Amino acid sequence: MTASGFKAGVTTALADGNLRRALDGLPGGLVAQRAAAVARLPEFEALRTIARDIKDQTLADLDFYLEAFEGRAVAAGSRVHWASTAADARDIILGICQKAGAKLVTKSKSMIADEVGLNAHLEAAGLEVVETDLGEYIVQIRGETPSHIIAPAIHLTQGQVEAGFRRQHAALPRDRKLAEPQELVAEARSVLRAKFLAAGVGITGANFLVAETGSAVIVTNEGNADLTHTLPKVHIVIASIEKVVPSLEDALSLLRVLARSGTGQDMTAYTTFVTGPRRAGDTDGPAEAHVVILDNGRSEILASPVRDILRCIRCGACQNHCPVYGVIGGHAYGSLYSGPVGAVLTPALTGIADARHLPNASTFCGACEAVCPVKIPLPELMRRWRQDEHAGKLTPPGQRRGLAVWSAFARRPRLYHAAARFIAAILGALGKKHGAFRRLPFGRGWTATRDFPAPQGRTFQQLWAETKRGVPR
Amino acid sequence: MSRPAILARIRKALGETRASDPGRRTAAEKRLAQPFRHLIPARAQQPRPDLVTCFKEELRRQSAHVVEVETAARVPTAIAAYLAEHGVPPRVRCGDDAFLAALPWAMAVQLERARGAAEPGDTASVSHALAGVAETGTLVLASSPSNPASLAFLPETHCIIIAEDAIVGAFEDAIDRVRAAFGRHAMPRSLNLISGPSRTGDIGGRIVLGAHGPRRLAVIVFKSRDGAR
Repeated sequence: MTASGFKAGVTTALADGNLRRALDGLPGGLVAQRAAAVARLPEFEALRTIARDIKDQTLADLDFYLEAFEGRAVAAGSRVHWASTAADARDIILGICQKAGAKLVTKSKSMIADEVGLNAHLEAAGLEVVETDLGEYIVQIRGETPSHIIAPAIHLTQGQVEAGFRRQHAALPRDRKLAEPQELVAEARSVLRAKFLAAGVGITGANFLVAETGSAVIVTNEGNADLTHTLPKVHIVIASIEKVVPSLEDALSLLRVLARSGTGQDMTAYTTFVTGPRRAGDTDGPAEAHVVILDNGRSEILASPVRDILRCIRCGACQNHCPVYGVIGGHAYGSLYSGPVGAVLTPALTGIADARHLPNASTFCGACEAVCPVKIPLPELMRRWRQDEHAGKLTPPGQRRGLAVWSAFARRPRLYHAAARFIAAILGALGKKHGAFRRLPFGRGWTATRDFPAPQGRTFQQLWAETKRGVPR
Repeated sequence: MSRPAILARIRKALGETRASDPGRRTAAEKRLAQPFRHLIPARAQQPRPDLVTCFKEELRRQSAHVVEVETAARVPTAIAAYLAEHGVPPRVRCGDDAFLAALPWAMAVQLERARGAAEPGDTASVSHALAGVAETGTLVLASSPSNPASLAFLPETHCIIIAEDAIVGAFEDAIDRVRAAFGRHAMPRSLNLISGPSRTGDIGGRIVLGAHGPRRLAVIVFKSRDGAR
């Protein structure tokens, strides 16, 4: 996606009444719920620091913990596969599905499965792939991608979901009632239950991999991940390298901040540590368990100035609290990872040239960093990308010229203050009558949609100096 | 070969000196061999009676039903009464570990019991929790031949039995019980931490129970082990 594509996406998003209604629920929903959960736990701030440190310590010995995880997972009967690239991961997973003779694959929500384009690859080989997280299912039947890390269908109203179900479930009676969320959920439950029972392979992501035990930790509210890994003959976990943590205790500390930050729950309904295939005597569980460990550029991020983004535990809090995300939603970004996390992660995965609009889609208000459970300095990392963008001469010429002029003044304080006094005096005199300007030279971008308030005639620096001298106001 | 390439790139990213430092490996090995606890919230370290209260309150906040009985002997009739109260047929798919097998099921005359993994037609199930975590009202279930994981997800009504003395304060306390049962570095195939019935907020942000797993979660807490054979 290009910067102009982003502008077009934003324009479309702002004109979309359904999106407006859908996103209007954010402040009173996930944002308020997080605040309530944090207020209930006095240790929350201390736990954020601990969570940050656990992730940093793991990254510093990432090679060791990945090898340790592999050893324990193999000992528990799992097969561990390593995938350098998206294509490697797709081929490994398709190979496992074909060897298992699967025709139907159920999937529990995984961002990296979307990152590597897994569904399209499996479908091209003739497999039916069904997303089982309700939000993912809703976007799948609409031919869309998730617009949020933990709430994939947050951009849709209930009416749009109903329309999607009526289109997709055409075999069901046309006059059935679907006006209530309960009715929609019940219909999805019965449709997807049949898929769970028929699937040959189940694919899940992982919130954490535990090196101590070779376990994958999977967090859901619906229980869909558990049906996905318990019912089919084969279970595949796909997880990226930075998901590993050393011990169960480390995973537990991270779990204490994960759900609280994302949905505002103390814990999601289901947190599952899954370790290997079914054991001797077990009457359920998969006969085969696989773990695909994906790099796809992350080992290079580890060596980059934006390394801190590898701490991310994908809670979605930065998206929920971002004023830009809150008005344009996830799709306008044109990037699977949207909002502040996407603004840092996507350029690291694709290169800044193709993603330079992302770190600019921010007001730098800092809300994302303030709520991040692993304290990623998101605005600072976005600023780094903006520097790279500027250094690589990727910004438009007009913007570069404007910046050059501004910096020529800003580096000469006396000149800057003189110019500021001059402009403030002129604008103050011109704007005295109406108090605001309806149009400004070089300022059409501002005045096209609102008036520019007129300055009072003197600059802040002048007023400050007078206050310090004790001049009465 | 992706494996050596990925590990080589990681070591390169960590820097020559760090990657080749032998002390680094020793420290990391120790962290795995002797896992240590981080900060435990005060909520998880209350006096015992408060922990039990906290456990039940947190479960209710999460829309679970808490049924309290004095003795283990009362559990079967309490389950039958719960199912009747909620209009659920008196049939359960039930785990059969030593504790469950020893309960006086005959006291609940109407209640039919089947063993093994859950099947699509099952309407209710019964599991036995290894531990309960007070800090968030969470039940810890370990899968085994006598406590299949599918019991917790396929039926619409799930009943979990827990002894009051199996309620602990923090997750870490529950993990200690798992380690005691399965050994260090070992885990059951599926260790399920369950905090309320299945739910979704994916349609218009409104919470609906029973998304894929149980619509109803009943937690039967018994005080004394009397009555189990």
